[in-house]
Amino acid sequence: MTAAGWSAALAFFGIVALLTKPLGGYLARVFEGQRTPLSPLLRPLESAIYRVCGVREDAEMTWYEYAIALLLFSAIGFAYLYVLLRTQAWLPLNPQHFANLSPALAWNTAISFTTNTNWQFYSGESSLSYLTQMAGLTWHNFVSAGAGIAIAVAVIRGVARSQTCRLGNFWVDLTRACLYVLAPVAFAAAIVLVWQGVPQNFSPYRQVTTLQGGAQTLTGGPMASQEAIKEFGTNGGGFVNANSASPNENPTPLSNLLELVLMFALGAALTYTYGTMVRDTRAGWALFTTMAILFFFGFAGAYAAEAAGNPLVHQLGVAGANMEGKECRFGAGASALFATVTTDTSCGAVNAMHDSFMPLGGLVTLANMQLGEIVFGGAGSGLYGMLGFVVLTVFIAGLMVGRTPELLGKKIERREVQFAILAVLVTPVLSLLPSAIAVMVPAGLATLGNHGPHGFSEILYAFTSTNANNGSAFAGLGPNRFYDYATGANMLLGRFAVIVPMLALAGSLAGKRAVPAGPGTFSTRSAVFVALLLGTIVVVGALTFLPADALGPIAEQLFLRHGVTFR
Amino acid sequence: MRPLIEQTRVAALLAVVTIALLGGVYPLLVTAVARVAFPYQAAGSMVRLGGRVIGSAIVGECWTSPACLHGRPSASSYDPTATGGTNLAPTSAVLIAQVRRRIVRLRRDNPHAVLPLPIDLVTASGSGIDPDVSPAAAYYQAPRIAAARGVSVARIDAVIARAVRPRTFGILGEPRVNVLAVNLALAALHPRPGAPARSTRARRRQADAARTRCAA
Amino acid sequence: MSYDRAFLVAAGRDALRKLDPRWLWRNPVMLVVEAGALVATAYAALAAFEAGRRSAGFDIAIAAWLWVTVLFANGAEAIAERRGKTQADALRRTKSDTRARRLHDDGSIEVVASATLRKGDRFVVEAGELIAADGEVIEGAATVDESAITGESAPVVRESGGDRSAVTGGTRVLSDRIVVRVSVNPGESFLDRMIGLVEGARRQKTPNEIALSILLAGLTLIFLVAVATLTPFLHYAGREPDTVVSIALLVCLIPTTIGGLLSAIGIAGMDRVMARNVLAMSGRAVEAAGDVDTLLLDKTGTVTLGNRQAVALVIAEGADAADAAGAAYLASLADETPEGRSIAALAARLGASGVQPADATVVAFSAYTRMSGVDLADGTALRKGAPDAVLGWIRARGGEPARDLGEHVDRIARAGGTPLLLARNATALAVIDLRDVLKPNMAQRFARLRAMGIRTVMVTGDNPLTAATIARDAGVDDFLAEATPEAKLRLIEREQRLGRLVAMTGDGTNDAPALAQADVGLAMNSGTPAAREAANMVDLDSDPTKLIEIVEVGKQLLMTRGALTTFSIANDVAKYFAILPAVFAAAYPVMHSLNVMHLATPQSAILSAVIFNALIIVALIPLALRGVRYEPKGADRVLLENALIYGVGGLILPFVGIKLVDLLLVAFHLT
Repeated sequence: MTAAGWSAALAFFGIVALLTKPLGGYLARVFEGQRTPLSPLLRPLESAIYRVCGVREDAEMTWYEYAIALLLFSAIGFAYLYVLLRTQAWLPLNPQHFANLSPALAWNTAISFTTNTNWQFYSGESSLSYLTQMAGLTWHNFVSAGAGIAIAVAVIRGVARSQTCRLGNFWVDLTRACLYVLAPVAFAAAIVLVWQGVPQNFSPYRQVTTLQGGAQTLTGGPMASQEAIKEFGTNGGGFVNANSASPNENPTPLSNLLELVLMFALGAALTYTYGTMVRDTRAGWALFTTMAILFFFGFAGAYAAEAAGNPLVHQLGVAGANMEGKECRFGAGASALFATVTTDTSCGAVNAMHDSFMPLGGLVTLANMQLGEIVFGGAGSGLYGMLGFVVLTVFIAGLMVGRTPELLGKKIERREVQFAILAVLVTPVLSLLPSAIAVMVPAGLATLGNHGPHGFSEILYAFTSTNANNGSAFAGLGPNRFYDYATGANMLLGRFAVIVPMLALAGSLAGKRAVPAGPGTFSTRSAVFVALLLGTIVVVGALTFLPADALGPIAEQLFLRHGVTFR
Repeated sequence: MRPLIEQTRVAALLAVVTIALLGGVYPLLVTAVARVAFPYQAAGSMVRLGGRVIGSAIVGECWTSPACLHGRPSASSYDPTATGGTNLAPTSAVLIAQVRRRIVRLRRDNPHAVLPLPIDLVTASGSGIDPDVSPAAAYYQAPRIAAARGVSVARIDAVIARAVRPRTFGILGEPRVNVLAVNLALAALHPRPGAPARSTRARRRQADAARTRCAA
Repeated sequence: MSYDRAFLVAAGRDALRKLDPRWLWRNPVMLVVEAGALVATAYAALAAFEAGRRSAGFDIAIAAWLWVTVLFANGAEAIAERRGKTQADALRRTKSDTRARRLHDDGSIEVVASATLRKGDRFVVEAGELIAADGEVIEGAATVDESAITGESAPVVRESGGDRSAVTGGTRVLSDRIVVRVSVNPGESFLDRMIGLVEGARRQKTPNEIALSILLAGLTLIFLVAVATLTPFLHYAGREPDTVVSIALLVCLIPTTIGGLLSAIGIAGMDRVMARNVLAMSGRAVEAAGDVDTLLLDKTGTVTLGNRQAVALVIAEGADAADAAGAAYLASLADETPEGRSIAALAARLGASGVQPADATVVAFSAYTRMSGVDLADGTALRKGAPDAVLGWIRARGGEPARDLGEHVDRIARAGGTPLLLARNATALAVIDLRDVLKPNMAQRFARLRAMGIRTVMVTGDNPLTAATIARDAGVDDFLAEATPEAKLRLIEREQRLGRLVAMTGDGTNDAPALAQADVGLAMNSGTPAAREAANMVDLDSDPTKLIEIVEVGKQLLMTRGALTTFSIANDVAKYFAILPAVFAAAYPVMHSLNVMHLATPQSAILSAVIFNALIIVALIPLALRGVRYEPKGADRVLLENALIYGVGGLILPFVGIKLVDLLLVAFHLT
């Protein structure tokens, strides 16, 4: 580890921390329907959209109406992308004449982008037309993130409001998230990325003869516009297969920093939005602190492992960090940082190949997802996932002060516990069960990129990543029909089996009366609470996976120490 | 609950409107601004030599000539249409065998090297088109390049030193050397060995050699 | 706590009986343990018959300890229930079949068995007889020995009308004759309900208990998946996993500690309420007591002693002090109320003496005149009473009261006293200052409540001036003056609209609506049936300050659940470190290096964890029954302390415990 590596991480986090309050406050204004600096420009457009689509702006929805609206919109988005992927060969903006995707791959990909996962069993640069990339994937990057933010805002409203059954209007929240938040930031970021070297054109691929006389095909496309929203919406689906490791998507350390900040920005800001909307900003900062602690633990672990390097390579007389699968401009520090951030959030973009990480570095990425991606987390999903843990912590710890536990004055009772545990259950159950099926069927073992404990890690990573809607991979695992369908189903469940109970929880909380806090109620902003929340997250969230992780990365690390390799 | 049909209509209409705005207007707007503000980058940072595009400043390519600075091993033989890494695990026997082979080849190709073997020349990059090597990897190759070009190592070192890009703001990323930039500088210094072969057949042979040479 | 042998044997029998899955299904955590024990037993049996199988001894040991785990958990519940059963048996003995003399409408009397009495029937009870059924005295008054249900040996008065009209079946009339109207049908009597409650027969899970059960079931499911998927995962690693070991791992990870003790905690909480001679109609009420935000307390009997004392005689302008004292003495000699006696005592201290003239006529207090006094044979009339009433009396006799009287009256009222005017014929002599006497130590108790976060509101019929002063002196947070039952109800509703939980005490029929409206209503046993019916708790000692203790019991109940849940979950960390290396070492021998606790062998490691897991249940039974100590010091402070004790303690203790068990197993060559 170097001082520069740590300085970069601290500087990065400093920027995120500085952005949290202004961006979080802005989000709160947007979703409380207040005027913002962008209103003069965007308000007429927003009104026009509602007029055209027949959205009644002031008609608020109950939790299940909200959930149904989300499901309807997702279903339409899925169908649209599926059709697009199956017909792209006959549509314009396909200079490389790429063929239609197979049904299994189209199914997987359409789900993948609908659920904000962006798991990629295809290589963008060799199979998707420019039309598919921009009108299909870029659009999904916006609306799946916008939907996530909308859900988070609805859940926050559930905590903040009392004695109502209404959580807001999904159409309005989604439109505002896209119009006021995602689009302006993505636009500005895209321009900066172009400045740093990310291509943005509609030219066909160009055949060139190199200086030395070899032939090379240089790719192109509307990359920057997709790259910006890919990070800001924590989608993570690369324009090209190598994702942000590719110098086209992420050409410089500065573009790398921008992408890192974009990934964390929304998740961090939403903690402040939460604090603002529930009228207790310190409660928001308590969540921020909890997340920050988990982030730094993860980064320290990953950085230490990658910087230490591979002892099996060292034995051959080459010293240095683990550079397999990493880019020279990033090195171990920026790669470990990116890997930590991309799995803390539900982004899943990678600037280095996680599959080639050291076992403990890989364990950090795996564990981050196993926690449920609540360290700032996905656009919106991080906050509502974290609130699930908050409810559980409040319930367990709150009992210890001798009262029925309360979250910001609302009693946590049977229904709340039920929905919170349902949401928290999803991650372990839907990561472990499909992994168990995969290791038992031949198709599950057919496409492994590595063997021994690492092969198992690839399977576990695949289902953890798809279930957590991350989308990064131990990419040695190749696609086949089994994985197309299995990970597809897992992505669907991973998204909606968390959202629906969380919305139900919000609906239940919204209906409650808030009891004013007194000396008998403990606050959700104290250091003790942060410690208890961390404890709950680690013990309930992560330790569940310890047996599985022990057979994957932990076993691999032990083998590495003994110098054992696998075919 | 309002009728499901009405909500479905809203969902469909909103999808259409946002597809037009976010999937159409937005990327086109970015393209327009980018083309005006940063035309070079937007087009892919194409590097021209004598009016002909010979590559991209941000995309690595395969170098085989001993007189050129070589890049890193690539899982895709530097094919930008098949980017990616090897995805081999640190405990992979395949990886260790590959590293072993690369070490042998590096030692063979660089008999006069005095510096320790650089890690980035024995490991494959993440993208397969990493345009850079570490300064250590560049200096390691200087004696070979100097020998091939018949110039002093110091001159090569000087070319490399000028091409070293430090960490951004002193902390971001790692110091690095763009391989194409160095080779262009070398070509300017002593233009012959980097020149393309004349005949089509010779060119194809060279390309084939490159593919095997640069493969991970 | 100590239990005799017979008690423990009985509890043990109950624990065995509770192995029935039909009983255990209410407790999913323990049901999983039992299912695991069954499977492990089957494996152990197979292993024993399969000659030469190395692990037979180990399998048998694990199976045995799993059964022990279930039995310990059942035992905890059984012990808690047994304590109630002992009480119930004593109660049931008083419920022996009695005879009743039923009164017919025509006045005839028929002797019937008490079981045949129906609601609305009337019966006659005389001195020495047992009251046959719960009811209301509609005629007469009697002293009643209620020790059978309250444990209090001093007899109480029960009389028709007013707030002391309720009698309980099974209690004995000591003097006089009363007519009682039956208020319940057989099987629904107070005694029946009490027996049911203490036995736990009608025990239903409380809302918080249900919520916690859901959490525990969820955690159990998570760990079930984590352990079940290990089998294929290990298969991938090239090992056939040992089912018994998997079961052992599962049982250690699921929250057996809290799962095993949960119902015992609830029963014990009810029991602690009962030990304070309070009958809670449901566990829900006890739980709600822990959540109370606002406590409504009647002034009389709760904040102050029931009687006021004369503390000063303020002499009116132009009157003579000694003369006034003498008049006060004479006017109060015949007054047998505590207030009257205290006036006489005060006058005596001021130098008055003498006896009541034989020819004097006593004028008793009436609600209409609001004054009392004495008419002497010489025509002298003495009156004392409410100032406006006495002033009216003076004016009616043509007198004109001294000008300073109004000032004295106001000053006394402002200071929290009750002013009584003393007059002779047409002259006002003095103002008597009657003061409420605060119960001792109440200020501390209210401070304690404040520290718990509970607001106290004193309810009184006094005027606002007096009420404010008493409230200040007593240290309550707020007061409701000139309270009527309706005002009380409105106050409760207002507090509840603000989201606060309200507790109150009451005894009169007119308290019933408020008692029903309050989240926690504590009725006095001496109160009317209506009040007892409306409340969700009845205090057999009729001591309104009891509410404060009930609140503490409620808080302890919730704290104990939270503490043991935290402890149980924190335990998992150490269990992972004990068991996982042992489970995986077979597949990957390199995993031995994870054995940070240096447990002797894989078998001993797993067995140690299982044994620790079982023993910790027993070790925590006393805590579950007694409850976590509650100190009111502000929620954040309490949270910190309990998090340290049960959270951090729960992390560390099993490391020590499991290591210790392992050392013992090795020392006794049991591995």
